[in-house]
Amino acid sequence: MKLPTLPKPPLPKRFQEKPDRPGAAPKPTKLEQVREGGITAADWLDERASLSGGLRWMMFRKVPKGTNWFYTLGSATMFAFVSQAITGVFLAMYYTPSATQAYESARHITNDVFLGEFVRGMHKWGSTVMVILIFLHMARTFFFGAYKYPRELQWIIGVVLVILTFVMSLTGYLLPFDQRSYWATIVAANINGTGPFVGPFLSDFLRGGGDFGATTLSRFYAIHMMLVPGLIAALIGAHLYLVARLGTTAPPWLRADVDEKLREEQV
Amino acid sequence: MNQREKEEYLREYALLKAKGKPFFPYAVAKDAIMMAFVMVVIITMSIVLGAELGPKADPTTTTYVPRPEWYFFFLFELLRVIKPPELVPFATIGVPTICMILLFLLPFIDRGPERRPERRPIATIAGILIIFSMGYLTYLGAAAGSPNSIEMEVAPEYEKGKVVVAQSGCLACHKIGENGGDLGPHLTEIGAVLDKGAIRRTLDNPTAPMPSFAGLPEEKKAAMVDFLASLKGEDEGRIQNDSGEEG
Ligand code: HEM
Repeated sequence: MKLPTLPKPPLPKRFQEKPDRPGAAPKPTKLEQVREGGITAADWLDERASLSGGLRWMMFRKVPKGTNWFYTLGSATMFAFVSQAITGVFLAMYYTPSATQAYESARHITNDVFLGEFVRGMHKWGSTVMVILIFLHMARTFFFGAYKYPRELQWIIGVVLVILTFVMSLTGYLLPFDQRSYWATIVAANINGTGPFVGPFLSDFLRGGGDFGATTLSRFYAIHMMLVPGLIAALIGAHLYLVARLGTTAPPWLRADVDEKLREEQV
Repeated sequence: MNQREKEEYLREYALLKAKGKPFFPYAVAKDAIMMAFVMVVIITMSIVLGAELGPKADPTTTTYVPRPEWYFFFLFELLRVIKPPELVPFATIGVPTICMILLFLLPFIDRGPERRPERRPIATIAGILIIFSMGYLTYLGAAAGSPNSIEMEVAPEYEKGKVVVAQSGCLACHKIGENGGDLGPHLTEIGAVLDKGAIRRTLDNPTAPMPSFAGLPEEKKAAMVDFLASLKGEDEGRIQNDSGEEG
């Protein structure tokens, strides 16, 4: 059955499609138009922000031959951190950092919230995964001698990142506020207090006073979700800038086979 | 590395790099596969192991097990290995601090041009030893659960105190008879060393890292003090113990 065709609405002349001129270049297809649009938008952005140079510098730098799977451990650590950040944001939507309500809100997340236990589990086990990955990455760079000239600074930033990662897990451990986290944190703060000179001040600072109280929890929370993640993100940025600037090491047993004669000439 | 070695390294590296492939898409693809793998691992762990939540924190009850996250076990174990009280700060703060300083200084300590692990025997062996000892300490920490029962025979009037002590996590650090850990002083003969008043003062106001029991209900605390004060270690068969002061 053929549907009756409706008459075309009376468009003004300039909106009506003009027939192709004979011999003119073929009209761009829809796909080409979209691509053209994308390029225009990217150009618009680049004209103002000049990002393309940096992006090209980062993405199209060369990576030495022989780079193996051990070299993926750094970006895997970064991925674990990003995963912690994302799951952490979702937990923060439901969590209340007050000594009286913290446990209830953690219980609420675990038992009531849709996928709550799953996200809490990802955050909890993600911390374990991140610690393992950061150690593996550190071991890789250690055994490959990657901390040597010119990458010393990368190593030093890395050590700060390890310390900050431990601070994250120490402060995060208290937040569910169950028996285990409460007592473990008391012991941890006491251990800090045994340190010479700064020890007592450090544990007083952590506890927010001489005793373990309501301030302790909010203090840990602020450190755990604002101070340290910010520092880690900034330092990862610096770390990656150095990776791109200096390049990743070649595996240590690789040698560029330079012409022996050439080498002798240089010497 | 002196100037010549530095330049040599940079030249060699430039050659190797020139022969390599671009980061995008080759390295990016590998990284992405690894990241996907990490994501699968995290999700699987979350589904299989879940996120348990213990009973609510309660400063007055004492049935707790002060256990840190597993990757702190090696630090915790270090405390057990280094026992004399005057060395405790050394174990808790000293050793980790020294390790961190050494890590920071590593690039300045090891400045040789050689990068192959098999040609840097000192660094490689030190690294392997450190990894093994950390692994071993972690294993010890994981294996040494804190028991919560005391198998010692006591007079019936001390039975209640025995249960309170057993449930209060004291055994995570202290040894009573055959049960408990070595982190703190042994308590098997504590009654011969301290009187009731001293024991009570120690419970309320202990030396770090022991937590305070000041919040404990009076009835429980009294039972606890009575039991501990009764531990005189007259039993001839028991091994005589040297470290006894302080709780
Ligand atoms: C949040 C933690 C960290 C992140 C996200 C991270 C990320 C990365 C990435 C993506 C690379 C590129 C090459 C590779 O993946 O192997 C890299 C290289 C490097 N990282 Fe890390 N890293 C972290 C922690 C550390 C730590 C703890 C150390 C050592 C103490 C360290 C030392 C180095 C060194 C020396 C390099 C250069 C390796 C080479 O050029 O072969 N990093 N890092």
